[in-house]
Amino acid sequence: MSTFIDLYNYWIFIFLMMIGFYIVIAQGNLVKKIIGLNIFQTAVFLLYISMGKVKGGTAPIIVAGDASYSNPLPHVLILTAIVVGVATTALAMALIIRIRKAYGTIEEQDIHEQDASL
Amino acid sequence: MVAIAVAVMRDLFAIVMLFGIYSLLTAGIFVSLDAVDVAFTEAAVGAGISTILILSTLALTSREEKKSTHSRFLPLLVVLVTGATLVYGTLDMPAFSDPQAPVHQHVAPRYLDQAQQETGVPNIVTAVLASYRSYDTMGEVTVIFTAGIAVMLLLSAFRHREDEAGNLNDLSHHPVLKYVARLMIPFILLFALYVQFHGDYGPGGGFQAGVIFAAGFILYGLVVGIDKTRSMFSDSVLRWLMASGLLLYIGVGVVTLLLGGEFLNYNVLAADQVKGQHWGIFLVELGVGITVTATMIAMFLAFSEVRRPE
Repeated sequence: MSTFIDLYNYWIFIFLMMIGFYIVIAQGNLVKKIIGLNIFQTAVFLLYISMGKVKGGTAPIIVAGDASYSNPLPHVLILTAIVVGVATTALAMALIIRIRKAYGTIEEQDIHEQDASL
Repeated sequence: MVAIAVAVMRDLFAIVMLFGIYSLLTAGIFVSLDAVDVAFTEAAVGAGISTILILSTLALTSREEKKSTHSRFLPLLVVLVTGATLVYGTLDMPAFSDPQAPVHQHVAPRYLDQAQQETGVPNIVTAVLASYRSYDTMGEVTVIFTAGIAVMLLLSAFRHREDEAGNLNDLSHHPVLKYVARLMIPFILLFALYVQFHGDYGPGGGFQAGVIFAAGFILYGLVVGIDKTRSMFSDSVLRWLMASGLLLYIGVGVVTLLLGGEFLNYNVLAADQVKGQHWGIFLVELGVGITVTATMIAMFLAFSEVRRPE
């Protein structure tokens, strides 16, 4: 039981990550695949941020007096990762629009069928 | 739980809305884990900008998802095996919020102890982002810049002509929405400026300010009209802004080189080392803010101006 209480944060993120992973490999719709990828990504973000948490700590902005702070390094990494994530999502969406123009569909199977019939 | 609903549902429109809620919840978790800067960014990006971008894509493609004919067993099996392996891996991990965990032993204590004396910036996240790890941040700004250029290139071929009426992202026929939003936009922009220039002392900085600033203009574009926004930001203005933010960042690095320091070593920018650090962080964050704002607006405009499929 104590293992569960100590490690529950990792298990929640693994659960979220696996939902995202399942969407990416099991679904045929390209937009949904990207959303799955985004869920996978937020699971990684949560993993990093939760590792930075210190018991009794506060946000890493220095105040007068003694205080313990959470680890700022994961925050920095994830902060930039989120903005890069939205930029890459936008790129993926632009590619999906181009695919739709070229094939008339955004379902993976239909695209494969059209490719095979060429 | 919301994530499960996303996996099960087939109506893509509802999925995108749920995904927005999911992002907002994630931001709440970040706050409770002390990551205020990150929560800021996630709330603005996840619940705001990426939702709008995905919705624009849906409007241009199709709203309903086809039923998948894939077998469901193989993916489920792969996922379960991977998940079980990962759970097995966590058994060696330190307990949650343990102050003795290895991640808190390496450079983090040094940042917490020294950063304020060395840079004069109380927000350690900003200090690490813009000074200690400024190479990383420069790389990330470059990635955003490149993605922005790529989106513009991919979608510019399908830009609808001026005379074609009817924009898919246009909400200007809702009067209440229009007036409420018009009242809010100045405050959003003011808040973005505050976040940009107060990022040294409180949560905030170039990335957060950039997305909030862009969100203000995107709201303007949605309720007042894409054409009005486009007349403020033509493609060349946006391209110029995107590049100038990045160039400002690199320029600071080149200036520090010329002044005899290492690339992006701000100590040489002023006679006083702390003042130099403060100037460097300020300029670099400004560069980040400009590039992020311009890229987000450019992406939004590129998506909203694509011709509707026939």
